[in-house]
Amino acid sequence: MATEDVALAASAEQSILSKPDTHHQTPQSTIVNDFSIQIATVNGSGSQSANSVLLRSIFRMGIPVSGKNLFPSNIAGLPTWYTIRASKDGYVARKKEIDILIAMNPETSKEDILSLPVGAAAIYEESADLKQFRDDVACYPVPFDKLTAAVCPEAKLRKLVKNMIYVGVAAQLLQMDMQAVEAALRKQFAKKVKAADLNWAAVQAGYEYAAANFTKNDPFLLQPMNATEGKIIIDGNAAAALGSIFAGCTVVMWYPITPSSSLVENFIDLAKRYRIGPDGKATFAIVQAEDELAAIGAVLGAGWAGARSMTATSGPGISLMAEFAGLGYYAELPGVIFDVQRTGPSTGMPTRNQQGDLLSVAYLSHGDTKHVMLIPGSVRECYEMAMDAFDLAEQLQTPIFVMSDLDLGMNNWMSEPFAYPEKPLNRGKVLSAEDLTRLGGFARYKDVDGDGIGYRTLPGTDHPLAAYFTRGSGHNEKALYTERPDDYVHNMERLSRKFETARSLVPQPEVVQSGKSRIGLIAFGTSDFATRESRDQLLKEFKLDTDYLRIRAFPFSREIHDFIASHDRVYVIEQNRDAQMLSLLKLDLDAKDIVRLRSIRHFNGLPLDARTITDDLVSQEGI
Amino acid sequence: MATNPVPSAPLEAPRTPAKTNRIGLQVLDYRGGKTTLCAGCGHNAISERIIDAFYEMGVQPERVMKLSGIGCSSKSPAYFMSRSHSFNSVHGRMPSVATGALLGNHTMKALAVSGDGDSASIGIGQFVHLMRRNVPMIYIIEDNGVYGLTKGQFSATADIGSKLKTGVINDLPPIDTCTLAIQLGATFVGRSFSGDKKQLLAMLKAAIAHNGTVLLDVISPCVTFNDHEGSTKSYKYMQEHDEAIDEVGFVPFFQEIDVEYDPGTTINVQMHDGSHMRLRKLHEDFDPTDRVASIAAQLHAHANNEVLTGVFYINTQQPSFTEMLNLVDEPLGTLPDDRVRPGRAVLEEMMQRLM
Repeated sequence: MATEDVALAASAEQSILSKPDTHHQTPQSTIVNDFSIQIATVNGSGSQSANSVLLRSIFRMGIPVSGKNLFPSNIAGLPTWYTIRASKDGYVARKKEIDILIAMNPETSKEDILSLPVGAAAIYEESADLKQFRDDVACYPVPFDKLTAAVCPEAKLRKLVKNMIYVGVAAQLLQMDMQAVEAALRKQFAKKVKAADLNWAAVQAGYEYAAANFTKNDPFLLQPMNATEGKIIIDGNAAAALGSIFAGCTVVMWYPITPSSSLVENFIDLAKRYRIGPDGKATFAIVQAEDELAAIGAVLGAGWAGARSMTATSGPGISLMAEFAGLGYYAELPGVIFDVQRTGPSTGMPTRNQQGDLLSVAYLSHGDTKHVMLIPGSVRECYEMAMDAFDLAEQLQTPIFVMSDLDLGMNNWMSEPFAYPEKPLNRGKVLSAEDLTRLGGFARYKDVDGDGIGYRTLPGTDHPLAAYFTRGSGHNEKALYTERPDDYVHNMERLSRKFETARSLVPQPEVVQSGKSRIGLIAFGTSDFATRESRDQLLKEFKLDTDYLRIRAFPFSREIHDFIASHDRVYVIEQNRDAQMLSLLKLDLDAKDIVRLRSIRHFNGLPLDARTITDDLVSQEGI
Repeated sequence: MATNPVPSAPLEAPRTPAKTNRIGLQVLDYRGGKTTLCAGCGHNAISERIIDAFYEMGVQPERVMKLSGIGCSSKSPAYFMSRSHSFNSVHGRMPSVATGALLGNHTMKALAVSGDGDSASIGIGQFVHLMRRNVPMIYIIEDNGVYGLTKGQFSATADIGSKLKTGVINDLPPIDTCTLAIQLGATFVGRSFSGDKKQLLAMLKAAIAHNGTVLLDVISPCVTFNDHEGSTKSYKYMQEHDEAIDEVGFVPFFQEIDVEYDPGTTINVQMHDGSHMRLRKLHEDFDPTDRVASIAAQLHAHANNEVLTGVFYINTQQPSFTEMLNLVDEPLGTLPDDRVRPGRAVLEEMMQRLM
């Protein structure tokens, strides 16, 4: 990927789509705890620690904050942007306008400053002389190299330490609480006291330089609040890994793919820490597979043998898993697949966000196949739905897909602390040797309970009648090979019944409604954050009250049908080109309700922002 | 008619007790469904030898899982050992399913049946990775050089110059699964012939005693599509070109060793379960513990148009994949909740760290 392409990805959208924000034109007034900071760097330059310290310092000041890493599919040398949003109102979606730029990448710095709205602020390397491009932006040139050299005698460390200078400059300009900054920094470096001291010296150097040289000429300030007390910061992949550990997952087979790899890597760390006995023996097996086909093959094999098994992947991996997914559906094998979605089709933009796998996952594989999808809308749900997924996989005896995405999986989010699971693991309908003696045998695919779910036995069950023959070919109730039309239809109809059972077992939607509005909004996953903010914009700016339903799973529960039926127009908000969720709804709804659906889509690879929804909805409503 | 004597009850025929193995099961307990393969198919003979081997070794059928891919060969697990759980998976991907199943329950014995198309053509990717992991299982390739279910196309083990019934001649070199397996890390590798009862049975019993990947490439003629003149996988071709590299003898752990052997000509291998495999060398300088020599022997045989059979390579020292993972003794799949879900304090500590 050429540098230009990547640069365009970030700045083009801003310059084309954003309108100058009028409130910036009066720098005398102050804007407190409600703005965004963008740090433009080069990937591989080690800016991550500095960005994290900045984010966590704001968090420690009690101000709601979120951070997003916009990075290229590359190891070193290409432009990267990190965006921090402080929001006193608790909005955590991407904010389209950048208020404060920290321009550390000479390759993109001109474009970066040109993309700022009027009244923004820019901190940059003195020699770049960015002031020549904008006289309507508050400019703060900093001699980064000189300041770094003064605090860091060791030349090879300077590249890393340099980033901490901007933390200090920003802290001074925004009037941050330096105790919070130091605490965040020391936590970041944990036991590495020497590194912490060196970096703290750099922060102070930046702070002192700004204090001595700048006259504040922008409205942005951070003031302590009390809105983050007791909260945690975690990314969705780490949260899902944690959920998988507490779900008792024992077998993991995976193939690395962005943006899902850190989910398994987190699981490996946790498993090594908490799932090895005093004798050094492990209650887990983690295997890096040769490809995604092998990964899901092993997951289903392990599920068949009775283990709680999972893999994590993204779109291209999902495509490769198609054949096995059909086997899992038809032979009724439990397994959990985390799909941390990225921008497709094909290789697409591997480090950009999208909710683009819904249709392909819902019907993954040939023939009449359909799958259960859980759709987390927060890091807490990544944790909780990981546990739900393992329970449902064994309850429903089928693969369960957890549809996360890059924005949720790889970015840091604030959350209430996670709760310890109160219910025991639900291992589903499994017959023991004693059961078999009592029953005098069993038929694997017989619908004994009327819910479409049969009883299974596990390999190793010590009973002569325990074994059955698992196959992806036509089978009857007794798991025997068949090509008889009635056997086939009977079995397929039972599978349909099982899918109907799933409607009431999967996580139910979250509904926010006054009961008075004729307009409904439907969103899911990471479209939720921007949708919530957009609802407030619609109410405040257009006096438009909207009801809201957040889908949390497929197949759809009755409540979703009812919500749509009770509104005149329902906007389905999603991050893909083809209105995939709306398409799934269409297939499920009565004809009279389909006409109520409208679509709001965003699919440029950047996380969805509230203004995009508001503008689109207002235009469709003709307001 | 009281004069007629009341006929006495017929005498119970003196029943000879059915023959049983060391765990008290009859050979019937190892049988499967009726085969639907062609009469004379080599695969049926292999199924018979599998039944014999597991019966004679006294393996509890409930402790075995059978795994297969897609094809004629992969159907055959339905025709033996019905008391074992079985998984007929997708084409060429059985190795991953088997790996997962063994991770879920590593206390089970796994027996996999595949074909030359299923392993060497569509499945070569998963095949090589299974071999390099040394997953503890028996992997049988029922090798006939053609696709049966799709009516007789070449597979990737067909020899150069071998002719189809339609007259098509194969001009690409075959993939030698044994050579590959030895090179990649399988720890018990050999080839046999479905028509050689004695050799195949001895090799299967030794395979049951081994802990690690056993790859047995069994030439198994397809009587319908590849048993004609010009085929290199026919009964006739095998009878003429089968060249045993060693004579395989086997003494199970539960039998007293009463046969002497000549250490000059015979290699005695102590197997994982205490059994002994005796390999009497038929080729001079052959050493089945030497990978390089073993691969060289294969290459020489190919050059001489010989089909080498016997045990080519054995390594009883290499730990298996599940041993390397250092798993707890019990199956992972059925560990109780409290062994797989960390306690409340762990979560609290995690949350504190994230604040």
